[in-house]
Amino acid sequence: MTVGVNVSRFEGIAMAPPDPILGVSEAFRADTNEKKLNLGVGAYRTEELQPYVLKVVKKAENLMLERGENKEYLPIEGLAAFNKATAELLLGADNPVMKEGRIATVQGLSGTGSLRLASALIERYFPGAKVLISSPTWGNHKNIFNDARVPWSEYRYYDPKTVGLDFEGMVADIKAAPEGSFILLHGCAHNPTGIDPTPEQWEKIADVIQEKNHIPFFDVAYQGFASGSLDQDAASVRLFAARGMEILVAQSYSKNLGLYAERIGAINVVCSSADAAARVKSQLKRLARPMYSNPPVHGARIVANVVGDPALFGEWKAEMELMAGRIKNVRQKLYDSLMAKDKSGKDWSFILKQIGMFSFTGLNKAQSENMTNKWHVYMTKDGRISLAGLSLAKCEYLADAIIDSYHNVS
Amino acid sequence: MAMRTAISSRILSRAALPGARSMSSWWRSVEPAPKDPILGVTEAFLADPSPDKVNVGVGAYRDDNGKPVVLECVREAERRIAGNLKMEYLPMGGSVNMVQETLKLAYGENSEFIKDKRIAAVQSLSGTGACRLFADFQKRFRPDSQIYIPVPTWANHHNIWRDAQVPQRSYHYYLPETRGLDFAALMDDVKNAPDGSFFLLHACAHNPTGVDPTEVQWREISYQFKVKGHFAFFDMAYQGFASGDPERDAKSIRIFLNDGHFIGISQSYAKNMGLYGQRVGCLSVLCEDEKQAVAVKSQLQQLARRMYSNPPLHGALIVSTILGDPDLKKLWLKEVKVMADRIIGMRTALRESLEKRGSTLSWRHITDQIGMFCYSGLTPEQVDRLTNEYHIYMTRNGRISMAGVTTGNVGYLANAIHEVTKSA
Repeated sequence: MTVGVNVSRFEGIAMAPPDPILGVSEAFRADTNEKKLNLGVGAYRTEELQPYVLKVVKKAENLMLERGENKEYLPIEGLAAFNKATAELLLGADNPVMKEGRIATVQGLSGTGSLRLASALIERYFPGAKVLISSPTWGNHKNIFNDARVPWSEYRYYDPKTVGLDFEGMVADIKAAPEGSFILLHGCAHNPTGIDPTPEQWEKIADVIQEKNHIPFFDVAYQGFASGSLDQDAASVRLFAARGMEILVAQSYSKNLGLYAERIGAINVVCSSADAAARVKSQLKRLARPMYSNPPVHGARIVANVVGDPALFGEWKAEMELMAGRIKNVRQKLYDSLMAKDKSGKDWSFILKQIGMFSFTGLNKAQSENMTNKWHVYMTKDGRISLAGLSLAKCEYLADAIIDSYHNVS
Repeated sequence: MAMRTAISSRILSRAALPGARSMSSWWRSVEPAPKDPILGVTEAFLADPSPDKVNVGVGAYRDDNGKPVVLECVREAERRIAGNLKMEYLPMGGSVNMVQETLKLAYGENSEFIKDKRIAAVQSLSGTGACRLFADFQKRFRPDSQIYIPVPTWANHHNIWRDAQVPQRSYHYYLPETRGLDFAALMDDVKNAPDGSFFLLHACAHNPTGVDPTEVQWREISYQFKVKGHFAFFDMAYQGFASGDPERDAKSIRIFLNDGHFIGISQSYAKNMGLYGQRVGCLSVLCEDEKQAVAVKSQLQQLARRMYSNPPLHGALIVSTILGDPDLKKLWLKEVKVMADRIIGMRTALRESLEKRGSTLSWRHITDQIGMFCYSGLTPEQVDRLTNEYHIYMTRNGRISMAGVTTGNVGYLANAIHEVTKSA
């Protein structure tokens, strides 16, 4: 009758597989080979391959230290100054959406947390509605939807033949989805492919979404990192907003302000009325409360200080351009190295066309594994490399590794 | 159902704007959420213009001037970590240093379980995040289980296990007649629950009642849990705050560990280190051996990955800086005791104040209860009167956050309470 306490309740629990993205960094750390290169997680590195804390962030933190602010709980929806700043950064301070009070913004735990809140909202208010995600997409998207119990399916996106966008396929799949589906779009610098629609293509995508009464759901994790310009990178979202559409947008400051570990982002819901926005915001809060009660303050204060101070904001824009610029230079050098070393005549120009932190090399799983096992180059098995982790100095080595893996491994 | 309504209304209004999407909303079916009963109190307080207003709602410590406190040890830690060059993602399980130090607080400085690596532990988003991770873990790996929750408990406990889709049952805890523990009924509930049930226990300084079992009672509870093979999940949000001594406040947990239970613990630094807004805490699960601990930790990490990827750094750095430095740790322990002592002092002051005003009711529960909260016994109607007539803000269950009581407002508070209760 009695159950002994000598046997754990959790006896049958198996080891979870390593996370396909974050697990790469763990494996990299364990490797002792001096040539090793970490092109796994999308975290920006300097040319010396060191993590980079932005100067504006240091300045903001010093200001905060001097002010000696308290550590009280934020409201469930987060820091008001942050919420205002983040919505303005996304849509533009003069956007009528803001003036009309039609946006519900809730501070979230970076991109992941914001996506998770949005998913919980979808699950609760649109039971049975599907989210369509690009094929491929960031590995954690489907996990988030699974854990939130939101069904999902894929729309065609990446065309391996052209190493470009399968635009026809994308539009067809969005059209074919049941009316009222949520379409997950990457605002800019698509992860993992680096392939973005052109402005004309964005217009067509918006057309078909409107036709089918779908809801656009943007993941904006790289605003500023695509072109170097914060405003330009928000063009896709602003295009949709200008059409009067209702939109979900998850934002992250992990990359563009280098605040990875502070977990700072936001979920925004652009609604057709201020009343709807107020109601939606209240329900987002209700979902957040049993997840973590209220969000962490530190990162929010940093963002609010940087964006709220014209001088700091200007400095941020300049640092953003530098970071994006370094990646563009690295792309160029990698491309040049590949073209110089690869005698097969393969066209590597997709590396220049792709945008943002990542490049989809077109390497398959076995080839990616060869990159790691033979060359100690750490990347995700879908062939994605993070150029943010590449230096000019290592481009030639990487080119050798890619050429070897591409041609000699199948 | 909601979708169909939304779609039909859109079809109706689509004709109005050719080429542009209609302005009727997807979100018609979204009602305004009710105000959070606890955090909503502070919102109302902030909106009140009265100069006499008193906030004894949310459990956030205030000094004798009613001001939030940032501990000296925290400020010093922040100076040390300023200019920290590491903003990279923490591992999914959080800061290893912080977790290790945190486990020592709960399990004991020289705990064999720590030495033998039998504890699966991850950094969490304070206490809420730890409870939620555990609830999700429980749902995933013990899908047929339920959680037994004391009556009353922190309101958000219900939200957490509900959103994790774990069915809830309740067990007796508070006895209104005595404003104390309903021990007999509690033990009955423990005995009557099916073998191997999951129970949520407050390790110390029960929220909202401030009523804790005695050491003897904890031993009996532990024994009965052993007989029934129940699982004990401890929410420890106030270690240090109850008695002023963290070791003493962990007594209930140590009793269960000694008795051989495999427990789970949620720990929070919101109150005892004043790191409320930083969201720092820890979830731990004691396992049979290191191998199992590694497996369990990997699963906890995976659940975290789908909620927020990895936990925030800043608060964790503060904690590990303080606990990793013997002098800073000493300073922290001193500061925790100061906070706990001030609250104990205010309990005495409030009780004496009420008795001095000639209240015929018994107020000894104010000093019998422990920790941040006092379960006053006030009815919701009396609470409403306190708010509407006296601008005193508290949750409608009559819970007073003693941390909001000061030498400056204790008289006003006592007077108001006396006024609304004297005809009771």
